Amino acid sequence: MNAHRASQRVAVSILAAATFLCLAIVAFVIGFVLEKGLPQLSWEFLFTKPRDMGKAGGILPAIVGTLALSLMAIAVALPLGVGTAVYLAEYTRETRVTKVIRFGTDCLAGIPSIIFGLFGYIFFVTTLKMGWSLIAGALTLAIMVLPTLIRTSEEAIRSVPQSWREVSMSLGATRWETVRKVVLPNALPGIVTGVMLSFGRSIGETAAVIFTAGSSFRLPKSAFDSARTLAVHFYILAREGISTDKAYGTAAVLVIAVLAVNGLTYALMGGFMKRKAR
Amino acid sequence: MKASSDAFVRRLLLAVACTTVLCLLVIAAFIFKEGLPFLLKVGPGNFLFSSDWRPDSGHYGILPMLVSSLYVTFGALLVGAPLGIAGAIFLSEFGPPALARVAKPAIELLAGIPSVVFGFIGVMVLAPIIRGAAGGPGLSILAASLVLGVMILPTIMSISIDALAAVPQSYREGALALGATKWQAVRMVVVKAAGSGLLAGTILGMGRAVGETMAVIMVAGNAVRMPRSVLDSGRTLTANIALEMGYATGMHRQALFATGIVLFVFIMILNGLASSALKRRAGKR
Amino acid sequence: MTPKVEVRDLRVFFGGEEALRGVSLDIAANRILGVIGPAGSAKTTFLRALDRMNELKAGCRTAGRVLVDGEDVYGPACDPVALRKRVGMVFAMPVPLPLSIYENVVYGPRLNGVRNKAELDGLVEECLRAAFLWDEVKDRLGGSGLKLSGGQQQRLCLARTLAMRPELILLDEPCSGLDPISTARIEEALSLLKERHTIVLVTNNTKQAARASDETAFFLMGELVEMGPTGRIFTNPSDKRTEDYVTGRFG
Ligand SMILES: Nc1ncnc2c1ncn2[C@@H]1O[C@H](COP(=O)(O)OP(=O)(O)OP(=O)(O)O)[C@@H](O)[C@H]1O
Ligand SMILES: [Mg+2]
Repeated sequence: MNAHRASQRVAVSILAAATFLCLAIVAFVIGFVLEKGLPQLSWEFLFTKPRDMGKAGGILPAIVGTLALSLMAIAVALPLGVGTAVYLAEYTRETRVTKVIRFGTDCLAGIPSIIFGLFGYIFFVTTLKMGWSLIAGALTLAIMVLPTLIRTSEEAIRSVPQSWREVSMSLGATRWETVRKVVLPNALPGIVTGVMLSFGRSIGETAAVIFTAGSSFRLPKSAFDSARTLAVHFYILAREGISTDKAYGTAAVLVIAVLAVNGLTYALMGGFMKRKAR
Repeated sequence: MKASSDAFVRRLLLAVACTTVLCLLVIAAFIFKEGLPFLLKVGPGNFLFSSDWRPDSGHYGILPMLVSSLYVTFGALLVGAPLGIAGAIFLSEFGPPALARVAKPAIELLAGIPSVVFGFIGVMVLAPIIRGAAGGPGLSILAASLVLGVMILPTIMSISIDALAAVPQSYREGALALGATKWQAVRMVVVKAAGSGLLAGTILGMGRAVGETMAVIMVAGNAVRMPRSVLDSGRTLTANIALEMGYATGMHRQALFATGIVLFVFIMILNGLASSALKRRAGKR
Repeated sequence: MTPKVEVRDLRVFFGGEEALRGVSLDIAANRILGVIGPAGSAKTTFLRALDRMNELKAGCRTAGRVLVDGEDVYGPACDPVALRKRVGMVFAMPVPLPLSIYENVVYGPRLNGVRNKAELDGLVEECLRAAFLWDEVKDRLGGSGLKLSGGQQQRLCLARTLAMRPELILLDEPCSGLDPISTARIEEALSLLKERHTIVLVTNNTKQAARASDETAFFLMGELVEMGPTGRIFTNPSDKRTEDYVTGRFG
């Protein structure tokens, strides 16, 4: 029996060590970027254009490009994602069609971003003649984040109590009226969580964006202009060795954005869980 | 009238729901349309098993990239799977719940950090250490494996945590009632019951490692050579596409799309495996 | 006088199981029909078949006919949404929608396109009064319906149903979770409501059926055992099983 105790103690210590190693890695990654990057941040860095290929100046166009691209992608993907989730959760039972849709969603979720990049380039940029542009990048990203939006929305919709639907229908509401007036408003926090996750993914995406939105330095003026996102800007700064300092600064902005998005998501989800428990 | 408008909404939503499938088909169609003619012309055997990649003189063999991808992927699994699964087991079975509440979101944070940032840290921190400690160029298969191993941690860990949480409490109690220590109960009953979920997490992590591009480009070195050791520089399939897409034309570009096909098929197989593992778990319950 | 509702050989199947096994009965207008029977005797299934709520559940199939004012509810010409506007339902568990008290009551009227504020205000007061809830909530109509007590919630649900001005009101054990005072309030409301509505009251409290209903139907294992004036069912039932049940000797 004592031998068993001892082996348990050893095993648990090893497991605990692995856990703390994981946490240490997280702390290191974030701490390292912030320590090196925060000193680079200033109003000037955030709100001026880059000069001299990015060796000097700021990252304003990249911030604008990132926001524009992410928001456009979500604007396209959100109705599709929520619509699909509503169909799956409200308008059908498990059939062969839903199996195909779920399988398609799973596959789409697994496709690596470089494939999306290839596809976006050959389809949106070349075949549809959009050129390297915000719109081509946003459409590519929209397809990428679609599975996330579908999954989180469906989960949120399914968490709305069935009895509310029954009451609404018993009062003479159609399916669609029930979805609009009862289901969607109460699934909102979960849907917003999906939007935040998609937003985070869009901010960090590089491979799919660089081949579709391009990497123009200029401030994009329309959806058909090429633009450079923060992640792409950072990649070019770092990889071509243009400026390590500016690269750290950009990385810090990226990491802060990710932290903010994640923090917000958790705050929302916390509220959501509490509501569900009630 | 109301009922017919509801039927209209249903059809509309069905059409919307089919967009995912449509997207998948269009993606596959375009990648195959660009790459398949080339693949058939050169021959899959020559393409996959020749190690001569010199697009300017018409040599298209991706074996070095294939091998590098496999090295890097398995390297990443060696790092990520034990850490992720061990962490999941500790957090769900042994650690205080308060720790799990903090640790889970912290590790999921890793999934949100852009891959280029991981790559950069690999270049700035990891590569010099490897160069100093083991020699070689530093930017290497080993560096890429370590970076990717960290990147797939959140995938493996969160799916494993879900799988462990799905094991009924009665299994644990049953084992404890027979006089097992908690560790024995976990090792012999819980981990076994959650096995296919842990496997699915690992396979999905593997898919992520195979597909990762930007971080690998930054840390793997990208030499088009057959890697002889983990300290060698290597170029993965994904890196090859991303590095040469910018300027490739004609046959060369088709060759990159053909590389995309290889990647696509590989990922689909991994996804199929993962979902069948998950189904097995669902079936068992 | 023709009955308000005629039910003919009504059968409901869940998957392969026949839950309701060929029930035929008539429901007279402006009366309260009490439906009693032990758990699992298909009272709820019967009730939900009257306004086609069963079909919202997976794998459910209905056969037979239900005529409301002579129109076949399961006929091809019948739109279930329109039907449910004419037939109100109160569920066993009080289920306020996650809206304010006011919005709960006007949910149905709003669906019907009523926009006029004064009209809605009047309707809210009228229906809450009819459900004996007005005095308790008149100062907090904007507050959440979820924050009421169980008995208040159930009366809110009744008010919400009344706001549809339904011809037929179906109540599924509306008092099962309530205290005697709330129960008395609801019974009082029902006795006034039958002047303008036809009511079907499912209850597993035989005393309630005896107090509140004009006619009583006894269900057992998916079948209608017997139906008749409430007085006769409780004092002189013709079937042995009914007698056992109403005298509490069942099983
Ligand atoms: N959704 C369903 N799927 C399958 N079977 C069902 C479903 N709903 C009801 N049944 C079955 O139909 C039969 C009648 O159920 P019903 O709910 O109508 O009984 P009840 O008389 O209302 O009981 P209670 O007094 O407990 O409310 C039961 O045997 C039940 O198992
Ligand atoms: Mg019932």
